[in-house]
Amino acid sequence: MELAGESAAPSPEFRAGLAVSARPAALQGARFGEAPKDSEPVCLGLDLGFRDYEDSLRIQDRIVARRKCGSLPDCLLFVDYPPIITLGRGGKREHLLAGPKDLRKRSVRVYPAGRGGDITYHGPGQLVVYPVLDLKAWHRDIHRYLRALERCLVEMLLDFGIPSETLPGATGVWVEGRKIGAIGVRTSSWVTSHGLALNVNTDLRYFDLIVPCGLVGRGVTSMAAQLGRPLELSEVRSCFIRHFARAFGRSFRVADREETLIESWPEESDFPHRQ
Amino acid sequence: MPSNVIMPQMGESIFEGTITKWLKNVGDRVERDEPLFEISTDKVDSEIPASASGILKEILFPEGETVEINTVVAVIDDQTGSVPDSEESGDTVSPRESEQAPGRDPKPEAVDPRRGLRASPLVRRMAQEEGIDLREIEGTGLGGRITKRDILNYLSEREQIAEVTRPLVQQAQEGLGPAPSDQDEIVPMTAMRRSIAEHMISSRRTSAHVTSIFEVDMTAVLRLKEAKGDEFARREGFKLSLTPFFVKGVADSLKDFPILNASMVGNDIVYKKDINLGVAVALDWGLIVPVIRQAQQKTLAGLARELADLSHRARQKQLSPDEVQGGTFTLTNPGVFGGLIGTPIINQPQVAILCVGAVTKRAVVINDAIGIRSMAYLSLTFDHRLIDGAVADRFLSGLKARLEGWSDKIF
Repeated sequence: MELAGESAAPSPEFRAGLAVSARPAALQGARFGEAPKDSEPVCLGLDLGFRDYEDSLRIQDRIVARRKCGSLPDCLLFVDYPPIITLGRGGKREHLLAGPKDLRKRSVRVYPAGRGGDITYHGPGQLVVYPVLDLKAWHRDIHRYLRALERCLVEMLLDFGIPSETLPGATGVWVEGRKIGAIGVRTSSWVTSHGLALNVNTDLRYFDLIVPCGLVGRGVTSMAAQLGRPLELSEVRSCFIRHFARAFGRSFRVADREETLIESWPEESDFPHRQ
Repeated sequence: MPSNVIMPQMGESIFEGTITKWLKNVGDRVERDEPLFEISTDKVDSEIPASASGILKEILFPEGETVEINTVVAVIDDQTGSVPDSEESGDTVSPRESEQAPGRDPKPEAVDPRRGLRASPLVRRMAQEEGIDLREIEGTGLGGRITKRDILNYLSEREQIAEVTRPLVQQAQEGLGPAPSDQDEIVPMTAMRRSIAEHMISSRRTSAHVTSIFEVDMTAVLRLKEAKGDEFARREGFKLSLTPFFVKGVADSLKDFPILNASMVGNDIVYKKDINLGVAVALDWGLIVPVIRQAQQKTLAGLARELADLSHRARQKQLSPDEVQGGTFTLTNPGVFGGLIGTPIINQPQVAILCVGAVTKRAVVINDAIGIRSMAYLSLTFDHRLIDGAVADRFLSGLKARLEGWSDKIF
């Protein structure tokens, strides 16, 4: 891997800033179902750890830039957020119900997000996954991509005994009319970013601050609310990875230590000159 | 040379996109593959890279506008003034060519770089609202400028011309027919159906459709297929059908009649270098026309392989957009359903389409004796604006001779 190869050893601050290397166990514990096949393209799993939104977007951008020029394989990014509200491109400000005072009191920050879809909430207890895939090698079809993500979630939820469904015209995954998984995607030259957020143990009260995805009159739910008990996030994550790997025909590999030191990548190689 | 930037197709079921942001201004320098604009479809925002390097000369749709796929949305001028490489700009980005994607209603372009067409903002807006392609209008203003009166004249003319065809699509849309009763089932058309419907009507409006019919004796081909069929299946892993023979025959015959492998662009005839054969594949949910590229260079076995692969993937919904674009001639084969003769509609911007009827045993007179032969009707629908009847018939008779005296090897 030439990712961080040439660069000098990362400074201690950088290393400390990366929760990634601190907890690879969460990914390593993933159950893969079957051994990776050599013929399948690799999908690299990167755990960004607990981060604020701007930070995670910055890293995502760098990964997308590298994916575009082919210096990274397809990636699956995992990130944990403090309570935040993000507003997609199609988002309407009036779907934010809470006033600035309210938001400050609950220390929820609001960010614009360069993805499709409306407003959504992210926070602890949520499985947030950002697949960075080159769709040029996967059907070149963004609708198909959305449907595949939805199916991954539906199948995964079924493994936990939660029957869910997708609704035409309302991208996302629903349990008895309440939203459990939200999807909002961006592509740049067919390389995807952003992705999905699944409520696992999410504190659903935060959703009172918004009209989720701009859909009025529909509630939200979480896996914990459906099952009546909290779940181990890492277990949900492994299960998702398994379904994702199958749906997209990828063999999953956890990023090694060097690969996870994203912040030490030399800046200039994010934008290599192209003929 | 100016090159057109088009609204890309982001998926099989996606027929339009909303421009959310222009990342460059008119006059800016852009590099090929550099993000040029952003579009949004459903839950996905996409950044679209520039298709060429140069100066962004014109932005044709503002932010917030929803535009059908393959519509020209901007023009990039590379400022070299060189003749376009026919593969690069001549074939893939010319505005006419972009219309071949089914379902594209001709949308206006304010400027045609080739003819330096000019119109005021008012005229452009009128054209856009009425769905007029400005290139179709002869400007009578200063320096060929299209005036408001030109548009109004054109509109009244178009109404007269379109009277025959208009009711077909519009009746369905506006519900002009008898009101449906309670027992009737009302199902909205799928996007694919709508796009086929629009494409059919717009093709009828564009070309002067004429059909010529020949009868061909397929006995020799069938004998060869029987003799070599088992060996072929063993080697290739799938059954040899008759379609590859027609594809090969057409590709070879088109070499002799390049006018049938051409397009009309304004007042020019564009002869296509490659023979890219579209072959219609019927699906349970509609129809799709995958394209065999550079068919003129391929062997019968190669064509058969590609055909099998394309039609298989078409049924699996796994074709990429570029596999159904860029066709220069189309072959349709209703014979597989038993149809004897068809008079198909031309797949724009092509100028001809061949329809192969069912191969059936018939009593025919050969040298004053009656024999049993395997016969099929070949009908060629061609655009009479560009192709004379004599040319079409010479093409068909050449194809007939090729098929009847099949001499090419299978392997």
